[in-house]
Formats: sequence, structure tokens, C-alpha cells
Amino acid sequence: MNRHMIPLVIFVALIGLMWVGLSLNPRELPSPLIGKEAPKFEVVTLHDQQRTISNEMFKGKVTVFNVFASWCVACRSEHHLLLQLQRRGVNLVGLNYKDKRGDALVYLNQLGGNPYTVIGHDFDGNVGIEWGVYGTPETFVIDRNGVIRYKQTGPMHPQMIENELMPLLRTLEREV
Amino acid sequence: MRTVLGLLIVLNMMLSPVVYAIKAGDPLEFSSEEEKELYREMLHELRCTVCQNQSLADSNASLAEDLRTHLYNMVTTGVGKEKVKAFMVDRYGEFVLYKPSFTPSNYLLWFGPFLLLLLGVIVLIFNIKTRSKMAKEEELTSEEHKMLSKYLDSDKGSD
Repeated sequence: MNRHMIPLVIFVALIGLMWVGLSLNPRELPSPLIGKEAPKFEVVTLHDQQRTISNEMFKGKVTVFNVFASWCVACRSEHHLLLQLQRRGVNLVGLNYKDKRGDALVYLNQLGGNPYTVIGHDFDGNVGIEWGVYGTPETFVIDRNGVIRYKQTGPMHPQMIENELMPLLRTLEREV
Repeated sequence: MRTVLGLLIVLNMMLSPVVYAIKAGDPLEFSSEEEKELYREMLHELRCTVCQNQSLADSNASLAEDLRTHLYNMVTTGVGKEKVKAFMVDRYGEFVLYKPSFTPSNYLLWFGPFLLLLLGVIVLIFNIKTRSKMAKEEELTSEEHKMLSKYLDSDKGSD
């Protein structure tokens, strides 16, 4: 190769690296929780403050765990997709993060109903910290053994549901 | 019964360390200088994942407030530096550490600059060598000298 080509090659390689670097989303951090067991927690439910739910509930069935709040604008845009998932038979568990109970109930009513089987009420955000929540909405997929297999930070979108979430859920359903 | 319960709650609130969110710059009490120093050090070494270019010390995000509270509670109950870091890394990943840990996956990050320096030195040595070789090859033999001066002389004449 002509030695004068070397600077050009280096230049093109750098442009390539920068191109890739710019197209990545800096908010999407790899979650250290993937492949690990769901963090231990116990929290009261939103609808019945006498009842609690804990990480034990994940045992035995595939669960989609969704963290939301009434103050979270991006959660609103995601809500109709959650309702769709519920209609398709997905087992959705919600975590109402740093929210007032009344606000959360109004929010669910306004947006067409409650897509969740059950909702934990994480009023002070301590459960959120255990789950490493930093950008609501966040969605986790948990397998039958209570192990976290997938995480999405930020709102879901139809393409992601069809191409990633549903295939993963089908695979996990087949796992023993 | 109710008043006793109420009293107990108030007492509990007075005794528990900090139950509210700590705002940036809030005055806090520590039982020793080491604890204070550790708290300060950790605040500056941990990144807020909501506002990624701010440390926990600077950020006003509500998550940062909660994490400061957690940090304060951990430090004042004698949880060591490594455990505090592990608590954060387990939840938010390596990214929260402003100073990356010295582990195999980070070796490129730590040694990268020195590798580049080494590469630069190798290129430099290579360049110097080829240049000095070229300089030697360019030296003319006595035959060529004669021919050259002949051409130069004839060139002068034709001007």
C-alpha cells in the first residue's frame, strides 16, 4: 500500500468511530442487573395498602415489570402499549415510583385503565433504588426463576415490542 | 393507645438519622471527621445517572437527593468505602464511578494512553531509521559527482 494512504486510512477509521459514538444513546446504560436475580424488596400495593408484594411473586411465571409514575411524561406515551400487552395476555406487574397514591389512581383512570396485574406503591423510591431505576419508565423482563433477563430504559415503542419483547417472552415461556 | 403510638412515631422520627431527601449543600452532622470525609469523597466520586455530567454532590435531581440520603445513612452507620461503592455499582453499573476500577475490562482504559505513547515512539524510531537509510542511499559516487558537475557547468554556459 502506498504510504501516503496511511493518514487517509486513519482519518476514515476515526470518522467511523465518531459516527458510531454519536449514534449511541448515552442514557442507555447497560444494567448490571441483567442475568441476576431480581433484587429483594417488599412494598405495599397501590390499590390495597394493607397488602404487600415482594420479589417472591416472580417465581413460577414470566413477568414484565414496569416502573411508572404519574409525573412521568414519557410513561403516558407508553401506557396504551401496556394496555395492548395486557390484552395479549402478558403478565404485567407495575411499580408506581415516587408518586402520591391519589395521583397514580387518577393517572390510570385517565389513560384508559390499569394494565397491571398488581402495582407496588414505592412512595419513597427505595424499591426503585434497589432496581437501579434512574429514568422512568423502565421495563424489566423476569423469567420463571426470578432472574432479570432484559431491561429497557425509557418508553417502549411498537417496533421494540414486536422485535424484542414478544420474541423474548415466547422464548422464556418455553424455558423450564 | 393512640397517643402512645403517636408518641412512639415522633420519637422514632427524632431518633432515625435522616428520613428526608438531602438537598445539595444541606448541612449534615457526622460523629467523626473520617465519616464526614468519606461522605464528601463519595459524593464527588459518584455520578448521578439522571444528569450524567454531574456528581452526586452537584446534582439537584430527586434521585440524587435519595442517593445522598442512602449514602449518608450508610456512612454514618459505619459502612466502609468499598461497600458503598459496591452498593452503587451493583445497581447502576460501573458507569457511576468517576474513577474506573482497575479490573480486566478496564485495562484498555487504564493502559490505552501508554499504548498510544509506545506506538508513537515505535513510529518515530521507524521514521528516523528509514530517513537515515535514505540519506545514505542518496550519497553520490565519485563517478556521479563528476557527471553532475559536468552537467551543471554546461548548464551555466547555455544560460
